[in-house]
Amino acid sequence: MIRSLLLASAACALAFPAAAQTVAIVNARIEPVSSAAIPNGTLVIKDGKIAALGAKVTVPAGAKVIDAKGGVVTPGFIAPSSNLGAAEVNGVRETRDDGTGSALSAAFDISYGINPASTFLGLARDGGITSSAVTPILTGTGGGAHEHADDGVVEEMTAGKSGDGDPPLFGGQAAFIRLKAGAPDIVEASKLAVTVSLGESGARAAGGSRGADLVLIRSALEDARAFAARRAAFEQGATRDFGLSRLDLQALVPVVQGKTPLLIRVSRAADIRQALKLAAEEKIKVIFEGVEEGWMVASEIAKAGVPVIVDPQDDLPGSFETLGSRLDNAARLHAAGVAVAINGSRDFNNLRQERLNAGLAVANGLPYSAALAGVTLVPAKIWGQDAKIGSLEVGKLADVVVWNGDPLETTSWPTTVLVGGVEQPKDGRHEQLKARYVASDPGGYPPAYR
Amino acid sequence: MIRWRYAATAASLLALGLSACATTGTNAPAKSTQASAKPAEKAEIKPLPKGLDGQASSGFPSTYKPLPSRPTAFVGATVLTATGQQIENGVVIASGGKIVAVGGPDTPIPADVLKVDATGKWITPGVIDAHSHLGVYPSPGVSARSDGNEATDPNTAQVWAEHSVWPQDPGFNRARAGGVTTLQILPGSANLFGGRSVTLKNVPSLTTQGMKFPDAPYGLKMACGENPKRVYGGRGRSPSTAMGNVFGYRKAWIDAADYARKWDDYRAKQQKGEKADPPKRDLQMETLAGVLKGEILVQNHCYRADEEATMIDIAKEFGYKITMFHHAIESYKIAPLLAKEGICSATWASWTGFKMESLDGIDANAAILWKNGACVVIHSDDAIMTQRLNQEAAIAMAAGAKLGVDIPRAEAIKWITANPAKAMGISDKTGSLEAGKAADLVVWSRDPFSVYAQAEKVFIDGALVYDRKDARFQPKSDFELGQPGQGAFN
Repeated sequence: MIRSLLLASAACALAFPAAAQTVAIVNARIEPVSSAAIPNGTLVIKDGKIAALGAKVTVPAGAKVIDAKGGVVTPGFIAPSSNLGAAEVNGVRETRDDGTGSALSAAFDISYGINPASTFLGLARDGGITSSAVTPILTGTGGGAHEHADDGVVEEMTAGKSGDGDPPLFGGQAAFIRLKAGAPDIVEASKLAVTVSLGESGARAAGGSRGADLVLIRSALEDARAFAARRAAFEQGATRDFGLSRLDLQALVPVVQGKTPLLIRVSRAADIRQALKLAAEEKIKVIFEGVEEGWMVASEIAKAGVPVIVDPQDDLPGSFETLGSRLDNAARLHAAGVAVAINGSRDFNNLRQERLNAGLAVANGLPYSAALAGVTLVPAKIWGQDAKIGSLEVGKLADVVVWNGDPLETTSWPTTVLVGGVEQPKDGRHEQLKARYVASDPGGYPPAYR
Repeated sequence: MIRWRYAATAASLLALGLSACATTGTNAPAKSTQASAKPAEKAEIKPLPKGLDGQASSGFPSTYKPLPSRPTAFVGATVLTATGQQIENGVVIASGGKIVAVGGPDTPIPADVLKVDATGKWITPGVIDAHSHLGVYPSPGVSARSDGNEATDPNTAQVWAEHSVWPQDPGFNRARAGGVTTLQILPGSANLFGGRSVTLKNVPSLTTQGMKFPDAPYGLKMACGENPKRVYGGRGRSPSTAMGNVFGYRKAWIDAADYARKWDDYRAKQQKGEKADPPKRDLQMETLAGVLKGEILVQNHCYRADEEATMIDIAKEFGYKITMFHHAIESYKIAPLLAKEGICSATWASWTGFKMESLDGIDANAAILWKNGACVVIHSDDAIMTQRLNQEAAIAMAAGAKLGVDIPRAEAIKWITANPAKAMGISDKTGSLEAGKAADLVVWSRDPFSVYAQAEKVFIDGALVYDRKDARFQPKSDFELGQPGQGAFN
């Protein structure tokens, strides 16, 4: 077993994945997400797209047949907000391209720093993830909701480089990637949203308090409107002074025009209400991330039609803005009619948590179908990718995962991952480490020769 | 094979266990020689003034008292005993705070015990988190309550975690709702020697002493690697390199051996009735000397396999034992060595890549260790993860299955129960469902290795301390009163 795994690894390492071919996945429980589950069906992929699915679909001649052996087929999972591809080691600043210093604010574009060769793309695929929104964070705000400081020793685990000074008001512009092994460019879309924080980290960026943060954000949006309306005058130096640079204003123009959403990181119920007010008064599209106290204002969020990205593990009063954290936050938000996307971790290195967090949300009252949608179709819609991915429908791109059991269960894993119909390699760095050390020591040469 | 014992046997075993466990916990250590022979000749010898004799000082004794309980028989559950058995349709009987019988459906149930139908449920020992900072890094995580790292010197063996614990940390309540009945609270890893750990029963208490696990040995937190050299190197002082770390450990052990020798000499003279000047008590040296005497267990934060091997050599140089490596995410690389040395590895299932020394973390760490016969502990170091150590163990177990290492649930459950109990020196008291041990147990809604499993009822020393369906048994911290989170359980 081990030897064959090693051989397979070696072979895969040398070759790019095969080009898209006709594939038929048979003997599977199919969860299309956009429609009812097919208890025992076949899914056919042609030219990288889903060609057919159903209980009575015939396998085309010459198709590569993948026997799911009674397992489950789902759309590839989507990480709704991470730094995958924009960071390699949390604690090594030189590898962190998920935030910027004070030179740029809204204009920072995370897509330029995406590394298709990151060893963590493979690890994410092991968790069933085939795509991710890659979203900037404010400098100095760490890795994310579950940034890990071992034994309380807080490292400088932050985006941006040393000496960058205070964090900028806006995090920057988000991108969307698909985890295609071997592809020279995995960025599917860029400039998809501008990120900003309310609450404690937003206050810090604004010099110390929430009132300053909101005043500055509103002022920036007003400036962006004025900038867009009087572009020629601006170039001639004939406008009043703006609080942001030309580049930052330019990045905010699609936001004030309602074309691009503002991704707002917000936790406390009162801050969520401020965010809803901001969106209504400024007539902008918004997405909320975090929303630990969202259940307290769930009907207001639903009424405004704002989608949310939540981490279902959050249940501690970890700060004074998350005192109301509850394990059933996702369930309550969903019950109120809010579109809920489920985050595993912001961190590139722990995206496997996403499916487990979906399972945790189910254990705490979220319907199974909503949990599955929360890691597929909902994030696809949030990021404007649902015409291409997010569900198993004829014509959509074949980002498909075959699982050996319930995809949300601890004891299951993906047996096959396809991106654009191409079977992805299983020989990532972590898999190679495992293969090297699970082997019994034959004596003689050290593991470096294995 | 189903084993169970009668209550009488249990009681006698328990008595043995207690009398044999004169460890460094809250009682005076067994090695004191003052109470031995020749009382007449020693009449002239006065005891040292209070506080100057570390062995005589009991210091911060446990005031823990089990909550009220009644004899109970749980009938019909799948029971994971953490002794290697999975019993279907099992019976677990608790009385007087102890397990009195564990067995199959034919286990005799005394007439006077409360029968609880647990059909469809699973029962395991209470979960034990061997690496927690609850209380010392509580929620909310504000600087005024950041009490886990005395980061003022690379050697702070003199500090005790129990003096930093805030018993009102809401995290204790969340952990209990996840089945955690016992915790080892550790100082942080900023220092080479972080200080003493404390083992707590996870019961709500106004004082830390009220949670202290009676007669549990102390641990000494040590740290390898990046943290100490970054913290102190960043201040332009030693250690600033890995070799500086090793110098720091060795120097401290030399000092400690010398300190221990001085006390031994003093006590030997004293015993002979000779005049002797006592050494001055030194809290830092006292803890280190406790390790050299085998009374305090070494709990060593150490990520990398090569650094673990170095630490093993240091332990041999000075004659102490490393009980467990924590965050030991590279232990899989030296699994046979760790098995041979009898050192446990505490690890997360799959955390990786958050710093250089964690870069080679793989989800098969536990499985590879287990395959090599090494002791595995799944720990949290995290107020969120501690609530689901059962799932963390499941992820590690599944990673084994994916690699062709099939680990039965009856084995994997030990990673969060019996093995941490062993590594914390309390395996004679808790950690498995065996007659005579504490009735620390969890009734799960289903297979605890499932993502959907929830702890429904949690018992500590036979007392119901948490009930998912009964608000009366969902204790809240003072901090949570009047806050929006106070209804977190219902």
